[in-house]
Order: sequence, then structure tokens, then C-alpha cells
Amino acid sequence: MNARLEILAGILGAAVLVLLAYAAPWLRFVLTIALAKGITVLGILLLLRAGQVSFGHAMYVAIAAYSVAFIAPHMREALLLLPLAAVISAAAGLLIGLFVMRYREIFFGMLNLALSMVFYSLLEKLYTVTHGTDGIRLPVPTFLGRELAGASYEWAVFALALALAACFAVVVRIYLAAPLGQALAGIKTREARLEFMGVPGRFVLLAAYVLSALMAGCGGTIIALTSRHVTPALAYWTASGELVFIAILGGAGSVLGAFLGAVVYELTRVYAAANLADAWQLILGSVLLLVILFAPGGLFGIAQGLLRRRKAA
Amino acid sequence: MSVLLSAQDLRLAFGGVKAADGINLDVMEREFLAIIGPNGAGKTTFINMTTGHLMPQGGSIRYEGKELLGMKPRAIVRLGIARSFQLPQLFTEHTVLENAAMAVAAREGAFSPFRPLLRPAFREEAEDLLNRFGLLPAADRRADALNEGTRKLTDIAMAVAMKPKLLLMDEPTSGVAAADKMAVVETLARVLRDAGVTAVFVEHDMDVVGRIADRVAVWGQGRIAALGPPGQILNDPVVQREVIGIRAGEVPHAAA
Amino acid sequence: MGRDGYTLARGGGAMMAWLSDNGLLLGLAVLDGLASAASIFMVAVGLNLVFGVLRILNVAHGSLYAIGAYTAASITLFLTSHGLPAWLSFPALVVAAALVGVILGPLIERVLLKRVEKQEPVLQLLVTFALFMILEDVQKLIWGVQPVSNDTPMRLLGTIDVPFGADVIPFTAYQLFVLPGIALFTLVGLAWFMRRTLTGRVIVAVTTDREAATSQGIDSAKITMLTFTFGAMLAALGGALASPMSSMVPGVGASTIVLSFAVVATAGLGQVEGAAIAAVMIGLGRSIAVYLEPELEVVVPYLIMVLVLLVRPQGLFGVTETRRI
Repeated sequence: MNARLEILAGILGAAVLVLLAYAAPWLRFVLTIALAKGITVLGILLLLRAGQVSFGHAMYVAIAAYSVAFIAPHMREALLLLPLAAVISAAAGLLIGLFVMRYREIFFGMLNLALSMVFYSLLEKLYTVTHGTDGIRLPVPTFLGRELAGASYEWAVFALALALAACFAVVVRIYLAAPLGQALAGIKTREARLEFMGVPGRFVLLAAYVLSALMAGCGGTIIALTSRHVTPALAYWTASGELVFIAILGGAGSVLGAFLGAVVYELTRVYAAANLADAWQLILGSVLLLVILFAPGGLFGIAQGLLRRRKAA
Repeated sequence: MSVLLSAQDLRLAFGGVKAADGINLDVMEREFLAIIGPNGAGKTTFINMTTGHLMPQGGSIRYEGKELLGMKPRAIVRLGIARSFQLPQLFTEHTVLENAAMAVAAREGAFSPFRPLLRPAFREEAEDLLNRFGLLPAADRRADALNEGTRKLTDIAMAVAMKPKLLLMDEPTSGVAAADKMAVVETLARVLRDAGVTAVFVEHDMDVVGRIADRVAVWGQGRIAALGPPGQILNDPVVQREVIGIRAGEVPHAAA
Repeated sequence: MGRDGYTLARGGGAMMAWLSDNGLLLGLAVLDGLASAASIFMVAVGLNLVFGVLRILNVAHGSLYAIGAYTAASITLFLTSHGLPAWLSFPALVVAAALVGVILGPLIERVLLKRVEKQEPVLQLLVTFALFMILEDVQKLIWGVQPVSNDTPMRLLGTIDVPFGADVIPFTAYQLFVLPGIALFTLVGLAWFMRRTLTGRVIVAVTTDREAATSQGIDSAKITMLTFTFGAMLAALGGALASPMSSMVPGVGASTIVLSFAVVATAGLGQVEGAAIAAVMIGLGRSIAVYLEPELEVVVPYLIMVLVLLVRPQGLFGVTETRRI
């Protein structure tokens, strides 16, 4: 799909989301969460491009979410909380990345998993600081100093999420077209060659890792702002797995796929949970299986295929 | 002419096999030095030692007076030494043009996150490079969908894109179709001579050696058995028997 | 004594003092931890076996543990509610494990894993993750969300009073002997099987180099299915054996698999004996933490995993696979 079509599809998608949010107010929350997860999944995509899977990225989501929870009682401005929390996640990503960068594939995945589980366990057990599984509730943040309530607050967070999503979608697209982003695939296919060309593979991967931590931080902030309740479950390994799930479901090669996957995932989860309480995992798991078995390009790949057939017909 | 690369008394043994048993070799600037010899004689080992991927157990390698041993491969690349591989090392998910552009970007150190890989400056240089090697028709094909000869040439082109001073090539013509070989070799020689690049290449095809080499080094059992101009070396009966495989009285023909 | 000897004696003395104060606790912790180490070993060793032949970590392995536990509980409850003798609950554990392994093992391997064996490792891993999600809900659909418990086998064997200094602490014979005993038997049996029997050596061959094994006439596909089924049975057995000790609730599969990953990563992928040592390290580490610093109990396994991986990324006993350029 060429660039112009993609931009068009993106704008169309955003418009559909806004329409949905307007028509069904109870969907606003779900769509905001979906956008937050989509932004985080963009980071997973970057790492997937390099052939590396992180099964611990929920940690960066949780770091930002809890940062917001700790700072909010002292400083309630949402538009300041966002960059603060995101930078904290990115800094954590840099620190941890410096260690994990030496590892590849399964060891990379396991180390990320282990670190995220250490973080999760601490969140769960340090009751005096984190309130354990009860979690922390946030006061309502302000937007540009204004106190917003009810629907206007929801719209504000939704708009913020949409703006961030658009911004990062563009950033990631540009990144992937640039040498640093192209080199990610080089790590997967021929890392030794990169070294022979004088390019340190570790640096390429670290850059992508920190960017992914930043985006996960933005996702975590949105989740904190919209649900106003942070719990350790945000960091559990299944949350990390969910992110990789969405990446593949949407289509691991495309930026739009990340958001498509996230929206489908969240909508299915909400509907299935509401109507067939104990089967949403069954449904989503089966969908993923079908996608991997029959349409490895993900939902976006299916959409592209349909478009091509339409054009040929 | 000055000495660009000087190997002295290199020694390396892998569990009983002497891959290098006292290698002494001076490579002169701008020369084309061919390395010939039977398989297992240690030719690729020499290239690996010079590019920093193998650490010899004794001896030294000096490049423009600087000691290479102990330097990381990336640092050696930055000094202006590039290599191409016996088995082409291409980025299989990228096209030929993208592979070349990556090499150009790497050389420029322009691994910036914002301007695209195929920006006009890089695209032009990559296309020009591919053109010089006759690879332009394959520019938009993915690297894992090429025939062996094209992959080989792309591999060499990527090394040349680094604008090296010294280029080490491991069997540059193996896999190239016989009909195209001489044209490719002539192109390669022209491109390199124009750029003033010193080339050291391992080769099995004696016609190629005869055509473009200034000097030939014969490798045997980890040692240099003979060194001299191709006219002298290739017609030496001992070399012909041991390396090329021609028995006395037979009509000489190039080894495959 | 020289200066060093003096320091040594002082250090030794301090340690003895600490031990006599806390030795009781340590002893308690060790005995407590044995049972959990044993059941986590069963899952981890199955996981390692499967990794050996499939080269991926099966995320659904924890679900097999959970289903084994649920099945064992169900069978036993059925037996006791129908007035059948209580000692039958023991073979019921093994039968449950065998059923789960033999039914789900080939099903999963043939229907799913074999279909994706040529795909990228990420996709294969996600297939097992999707399976995990499906099985989590299958458990809820079959057994509900209320706790299911059955402690018949444990009650039958009664308790043993273990003297600790002045006190006497009762431990169930089940957790002291049955669980660790079966785990030990599995370890020894497996080691013998892999080294001394033809099938075992064939499995090792396929694990080491699948292509070479196939080219020598070994039916790698059949071996893979066999090994997967066996690994599934081991996981289910681990769950079945652990089921009398606590009630089963949804989520056990998730916590078991991530714990097994910690064991497997610490031990080294594909290492059978190593898995036992890592399981003991982690099991004991956890139970010691419970006594010394309860808040750290859940952290300990992952902390151990991180520390080991940072120093030795291939695990304590793992072998690094050389990367070919």
C-alpha cells in the first residue's frame, strides 16, 4: 500500500473512531484504551522488525502508569504528567536496554520477561508503597489547568490518545524508512554484515528499544489517565503477551495494523466479556490461531489483499 | 610504491591443523594480489585474521604502519578495510538497491533516524554503484530471490560502497556464469583501479588470475609457497601440478 | 593462627550462631520447599523436553499442568462420591495425568504445532500463547471459577511429626515423601531413559540435530509427537500431584508457566538434570523467603533468573549455540 493510501486509511480510521466515540459514549473508554495499546504495540513492531520479541514490555506501561499515580496527587496537569511519565519509562528503557542489548532472540525475550516479573512482584508485594493488588486511584487530572468533568474529561483523554497515536504512527513510519530503522531488519537477516559495515548492531537495537519504551510509557499514561486506577496487573506477563498478540493480529509489518489489531482486540474483549463472560480468551485465542494459520499478514494483510482483489476485478 | 598491509610471521592452529604457519606477506599499495592454493590451505583464515575475526596465536599484521591485531572488526572497517564473502552476506529482506544504499549510509555514518534510506543522495550513489557492476536491472529484486552470481556481485558492490582503501575478496567470481565472468572481472578491475583500491583476492579460476592480478601468492599448508607475477607463477610446473592440477604433458586448462 | 585464620574463625563462629538461631527456620523452609520444588520440576522438565524437539517454549505447558490438576481433582471427587475406596485416589492421579497427556498432547502437536513448524519462531511462540488463552477459558467452562479442591490422597497418608529442636512440627507425609519421591524417580528414570534406551537416545539425537537425525532414517516427526506427548504428561502429572495440596482456581496455569520459564531459563534450555537443580534452587529460595522476608517470596524466582541470565545467558548448564556467519 503506497504512502498516500496509507495516510488516507489512517485518516479514515481516525474518523471512524471519532464517530464511534460520539455515537456510543460507553465506547469512548474502550477506544481510548485501544489507542493506548496501539501506541505501545508500535514499539513491539520495531523490535519484531529486528526479529526480537520482548515478553516484558508491559513493564514500561506500568512504570509510566504508576509514575502518573505517584505524581498526580502533587501535580495534576495531564499535559505535564504525560511527558514526565513517558520520559521516566524511556529512561528505564535505556538503563535496562544497556543490559539486554547483548542478548538475542530467546534470551532477549526471557530476560525482558524476568525483569517485568520482578517489577510485577514488587508492585504486588510492597503494599505500603503500592497498595498491592488494590492498586492506586488517581485524582482527576486537569487539562491545561482546566477542571473537566464527566464526558468532557473522557473526550479530552480520547483526543490526547488520538493525537499521540497519529503522531507516533508518523514517527515510526519515518523511523522505519530511515537507515536506523532499516538496519533493524538487518539485525534479523544478517547482523554480522552490519558489523562488517561498521554499524554496531547493539546501538541500532538500543535506539529502537528506548523508542519502544517511550511509546509504552505514553500508552501507560493514557491508561492511567483514562481508568484513573493503576494495578499491578498492568505489568503481568500476560499483559506483555497481549501486546505481542495484538502486533501479530494486526499485522506485524504495518503501523496501521497495530491500531487495527488493538481496536479489534479491545472491542472483542469488551463484547465477549459482556455477553459470554468466560469465553473472551477463547474467542481471541482462536482468532489469533486462525490468523497465524491462514493469514500471517494479520488483519491489515487481509485488508490489503481485499483491496488488491477489488482493484484487479 | 609503499607497503599498505604487512603480515609478519602469522601463526594460528586449530586443534592440530596449522591454518597459518609463519605467514609473511607485504601487500603493496594499489596492487592486485591474487591468493591461490588448495582448499584448506588457510586462505580464508588469512582474510579473517586481517579483518579482526580471528586472533592469530603469533605474529603481527600492520596496516599503514598501525597494528591491527586486537582491534575490533568495526574499528578495522573504519580504517578503510572492507571484505566480501565466499557465501554472500546480504540483507535478505531488502532489495539489491536497498542493500547498496545501506552500505552507502553506513559509510557516511548517516544512521540518522529521520531522513529516509533511499534519499536522493544515497539512491543516486547506490544506483551508480550498481550500474558500474551491471546490477541495475536487478535493483528492485529482493536479495533472497537472486541467482548466485548476482548475489556475489551485490556482495562485492556493498564492500566497494564502503570506499575502502584495501578490499579483501573471498572467491569473487565463484558462482558467476562462465559467459559473464570475464566481463564482470574487467568491470571489477576497472572500478577498483579507478578508485585506487588495493585488492587482495582468493581465486580458483586461473584465467581470472592471469587477467587482472599483478602478483600471485601461492598458499600451501599455512605457508606462502611462492610469490611473484602471474606469468612466472602460473607457468611454474610445481604450481601447475600442486595447485592447478595439471599433469605434465596435459593441455593446460583453467580450474573450474 | 594467622590473621586470616582468625577472621575465618570469627566468621565461622558468627555463622554458627546465626544458624542455631535460624536453623530451625531454614530447616522448616527446606522441608516446605521440597514439595513445591518437586511439582515445578515436573513441569519444567517437560517444558525442556518439548523445547529440545520443537525449539520453542510452549506457553500452554502451564495450562496442561492446571488441567492435569483439575482432572485429578474431578476423578477423585467422583470416586469418593460414589463410595469407592479412598486409596484409589492415588492411581487416579496418574490416570488423570496420562489421560490429559495422551489426549491433548497429540492433538496439540498434530493439529497446531506441526502446521506452523516452518514459520518464524515468533509465530510459533504466539500459537502456543493463543492455545494458552484458549485453554484458560476451557478450564473455566468445564470447572467453573469456584475453587476446586480435593485433598484425599494427602489426608490418607496422614502427618509426620518432625522434631525441630524443642518443637515438633507436623508435615504431611504426602509433601515430605510422595511428591519429592516421585519427582526424584522421574529425574532418575528420565536420565536413565535418555541414556540407556534406544528411544531415549533417538530423542536426544533429534534434540541435538534434527536434520542429521532425519537423514539417518529417524522419523523425526513421530519422535517429536512422542516427546511432546510425554512432556505434556509430565506437566499434567506435576499438576495432578500438586492438586491435593491446594485448591485449584483459574490463573494457576498462568502463574505456573511463568515460574517454569524461570526454572528453565535458570537451568539452561533443554537441560534435564539442570532443571532439577534449578527447581530446587527456586523452590527453596521461595520458601526461605517466606520465612525470612515474606514480601519477597514472589520476587525470588525471577530475581534468581535475572542474576543467572546476566552472568550466564545460556543458563547454569546450558550450551551456547554458536552463531554461524
